[in-house]
Amino acid sequence: MKVFVPKDSAAVSVGADEVAELLARAGAQVVRTGSRGMLWLEPLVEVETDAGRVGYGPVAPEDVDGLVAAGMLDGTAPGLGLVEDLPWMRAQQRLTFVRVGVVDPADPADHERHGGLDGLRAALGMDPADVVTAVTDSGLRGRGGAGFPTGVKWKTVADAESELKFVCCNADEGDSGTFADRMLMEGDPFTLLTGMTIAAYAVGASEGYVYVRSEYPDAVAALRTAIVAARGQGWLGESVLGSGFAFDVHVRVGAGAYICGEETSMLESLEGKRGTVRPKPPIPALEGLFGHPTVVNNVLSLASVPTILADGAEAYAALGVGRSRGTQVFQLGGNIARGGVLETAFGISLGELVETFGGGTLSGRPVRAVQVGGPLGAYLPVEQFDLPMDYEAFAASGAMVGHGGIVVFDDTVDMSSMARFAMEFCAEESCGRCTPCRIGAVRGVETIDRIRAGEDREANLVLLEDLCELMTDGSLCAMGGLTPLPVRSAITHFGEDFR
Amino acid sequence: MSIEAPPGPVDEVVSRAVEAHRGSRGALLPILHAVQEELGHVPPSVVPVLAGRLNLSTAEVHGVVTFYRDFRTTPPGRVTVRVCRAEACRAVGGEALMEHAAASLGVTRGGTTPDGAVTLDEVFCLGNCALGPAVQVGDRLHGRVTPARLDALIGQGR
Ligand SMILES: Cc1cc2nc3c(=O)[nH]c(=O)nc-3n(C[C@H](O)[C@H](O)[C@H](O)COP(=O)(O)O)c2cc1C
Ligand code: SF4
Ligand code: FES
Repeated sequence: MKVFVPKDSAAVSVGADEVAELLARAGAQVVRTGSRGMLWLEPLVEVETDAGRVGYGPVAPEDVDGLVAAGMLDGTAPGLGLVEDLPWMRAQQRLTFVRVGVVDPADPADHERHGGLDGLRAALGMDPADVVTAVTDSGLRGRGGAGFPTGVKWKTVADAESELKFVCCNADEGDSGTFADRMLMEGDPFTLLTGMTIAAYAVGASEGYVYVRSEYPDAVAALRTAIVAARGQGWLGESVLGSGFAFDVHVRVGAGAYICGEETSMLESLEGKRGTVRPKPPIPALEGLFGHPTVVNNVLSLASVPTILADGAEAYAALGVGRSRGTQVFQLGGNIARGGVLETAFGISLGELVETFGGGTLSGRPVRAVQVGGPLGAYLPVEQFDLPMDYEAFAASGAMVGHGGIVVFDDTVDMSSMARFAMEFCAEESCGRCTPCRIGAVRGVETIDRIRAGEDREANLVLLEDLCELMTDGSLCAMGGLTPLPVRSAITHFGEDFR
Repeated sequence: MSIEAPPGPVDEVVSRAVEAHRGSRGALLPILHAVQEELGHVPPSVVPVLAGRLNLSTAEVHGVVTFYRDFRTTPPGRVTVRVCRAEACRAVGGEALMEHAAASLGVTRGGTTPDGAVTLDEVFCLGNCALGPAVQVGDRLHGRVTPARLDALIGQGR
């Protein structure tokens, strides 16, 4: 009578806590896990049976009594069947997310039982330089947005001479439409800690920080619990797994600034300062936190490392297309029938993600636009649904994969309002360092307002284009530099909304 | 409720927060979070005290407090409601929900009801983009929030 109920904050946001409590009261042994990522089925209750875990969902609190009476607790009540056999699950290649939704994120023994330490053990048995080589050979590229090869970054830090080096995990995840970092931290935090430890071993770092946005209190709590447990197990501390290698991790909480996801701004914030962007060079790999060589990687980049070390670089590199190797964790959000997180090899088309996995819109109306890669990503029309998810293919189409978030809009969307919002967001979140971004975005909002009001449309569209060019060319970082991407793509593909 | 906390308690709170983070590097943000956790906000009188303790200039500490949206210099309502205004929630009616919240509470974004019960804030993404519109009440996340449900949540929080 063991049942699994997600404690993931998205599941809790639609009643998972109440369901868990009612099931416990009905006599079930309730284990709280992360979410499998099928968020439209949350709260998704899974019941352990001899054949595997049988799913029920979405289960509202008021459904619990009836389901229990019908035999849910031994898996005989009619439901979704075996969770692993659901089409959404079977169509995936879950490597980074393999334990998310399966294990109890607070239980180190559960993590180890599910193979969670294999990668770390393998790494500690290798020469640090060989760990760097393995990550390079896997083809892993940064999942935070820019897609920089992770192994190359690590090599720079490894080769730098310094008494003190750091590993900083970027868990600021400010992009709208992205929540995979959160789900991994809440659902399998040990994998992130293990990935950071492998990075630290590879480059010779002794101290790690996870910078988590304050909007994620549950992820912060899950990480803190995991860190205490990992220290207790000897997975962190003076001698990681008895190897003599010392490494510890600390959690730092952001304070509501999107720009602190930019790596140098994050470092400033970690140092206790305003989150203004630093000019590069120097690159953080050489002069990062407090001036010391620092690995800065996204949550998903680091959490992909254990599986690479456990199963080998070749296995990871065998997946994907072109220079986009391995798997990407995609997030489907917005107006989508089946929203959530799924992991599959690069190369899947945008349309397959939105239609096959996502089932089209939630409203049942036609899809009109999707934004890929967060607030700085392009808006794409359905005509581009055959685009493969691949860094280079997206760049060639004037778009970006970014952190893998896909936000769907139906045909009621007014794209000029979305373009306006892109500028408003930039104005709101600019760190203020450069004028094209700080002032340009404010002018951008005003100009789009005039276009929307029908004032001198043609002249104002030209002005807007000039502003976009100025921001693209004259901004220090991608905040100001890429805000024109959603604006211009909205005008290009949905020009009728600006007439 | 007075806007300015009396100096005695402020001093103690700051001391506790600084003490709790002794030995951690660049700890100004965690310290400010700790102060805000206890006082509900970061009163301006904290700035010089903190600057003194940490060997920073008043301007530096003030700069940090004002840079980050989370740190408030005035007390919030007893419960803070954050409505997501980012893209994924806009795709499913987030803006209408924000307008409803503002109208039904009779406040503008960032405002607090006159009885001090509720502060209404905007937020850009809560990581619940597949189950929008998303709202955070206190630390608790809610998904698929309709105007009626928001009214109920605010009612419970009051
Ligand atoms: C405005 C802005 C916001 C960013 N936000 C994030 C973020 O929330 N998380 C993240 O991992 N990277 C973010 N990045 C990218 C980081 O600067 C950096 O490239 C990344 O953390 C490096 O890690 P990776 O190589 O593992 O991707 C952002 C960049 C910019 C310009
Ligand atoms: S582009 Fe904007 S956010 Fe980036 S450094 Fe310049 S002002 Fe700051
Ligand atoms: S956009 Fe609203 S929760 Fe992400």
